[in-house]
Amino acid sequence: MVTLLTDRGEHAVDARVDGERLWLDASTLEAATGWSLEPQGLCRGGACVPLPPGRHAEFVQGDRVDAAALWRHLDGPVMHDETGAVWALGESADDRGSALLSLIAPDFTLPDVTGRPHSLSDYRGKKVFLVSWASW
Amino acid sequence: MWQALYESLKDRGFVVIAVALDSRPGDPLPWIEAAKPTYPCLIDRDHRLAELYGMVNVPQAVWIDEGGGIVRPTESAGAYEGFRKMNRATKEMPADAAKVNADARATYLAAIRDWVERGARSEHALDHAAARARQPRITPEIVRAHVAFRLGQHLIRRGRTEEGERWLGEASRLHPDSWAMWRQKAGVNEMGLASLPDFWERVDALGARRYYAPVDMKGMPG
Repeated sequence: MVTLLTDRGEHAVDARVDGERLWLDASTLEAATGWSLEPQGLCRGGACVPLPPGRHAEFVQGDRVDAAALWRHLDGPVMHDETGAVWALGESADDRGSALLSLIAPDFTLPDVTGRPHSLSDYRGKKVFLVSWASW
Repeated sequence: MWQALYESLKDRGFVVIAVALDSRPGDPLPWIEAAKPTYPCLIDRDHRLAELYGMVNVPQAVWIDEGGGIVRPTESAGAYEGFRKMNRATKEMPADAAKVNADARATYLAAIRDWVERGARSEHALDHAAARARQPRITPEIVRAHVAFRLGQHLIRRGRTEEGERWLGEASRLHPDSWAMWRQKAGVNEMGLASLPDFWERVDALGARRYYAPVDMKGMPG
């Protein structure tokens, strides 16, 4: 099992690691990241990014996809630990930047001190003063 | 820190959500117990808020309207860098620096009140073009830094401290503007504050650059 850290959380997934390659089922990639493999390429939320022509086999073998290669193709950062047991996939700078320029406040869910989760979207209908602080 | 503001405005459709960028969940608890806030205080071990909103320090804030729209992007939450003039031995602040700090905070709090009262008619609620222009620029290095930070925190939580710390160092290297990443990793003094000599060296290295970017708001010190 491999631990996959994505914007959608932490996922324990069945995967085969081969150096910088991370082979997993296309359905697993979709569950963990929202990106699905379609005939026209990688798609999420109605937008598709084609795979490079003639290089399909580098990304897809049978039901499995190289999630790391696909992610790099999307310009997203990919990092993993020394053992290859933990992989982190981040959203691309373009996607983060576009989200901010949309002016739609990015939603998140975080626990309070009792462990109860709160989402920003729970407070829709109020003016929210969202402020960071820290003990340090 | 925000309790009085929240108490006075909570019946007017206003809420404070305070997010502690703290990777060790026990660290913020004494502060929360002392302040007894009645607004939500959330714990953000992976600095997710900073990743999503382009924050680099605390306190920074975003103003969000009833429809979930950003009307003021990430900016210093009225904090001003008077502490740079502090006497580091006695921890005393010169009176003029303390006054600028207090004036900045008062101006900022008054602006929040104006927004809660007047909504989009408040001069402090930015129109779309102005709000977009003020959004932080997210670079490939910044998104890489947050992935490294998250991976590092994950490893540290599983006892792989040395490897995790290396990722945190990589995160700071990739995103040197983030004081949150740097101070989270730094050593702390007897007060639990990351203000050991290496902090002051890093502050001094700023030179004319700012620790808190000035808030672009009428009445704010420059």
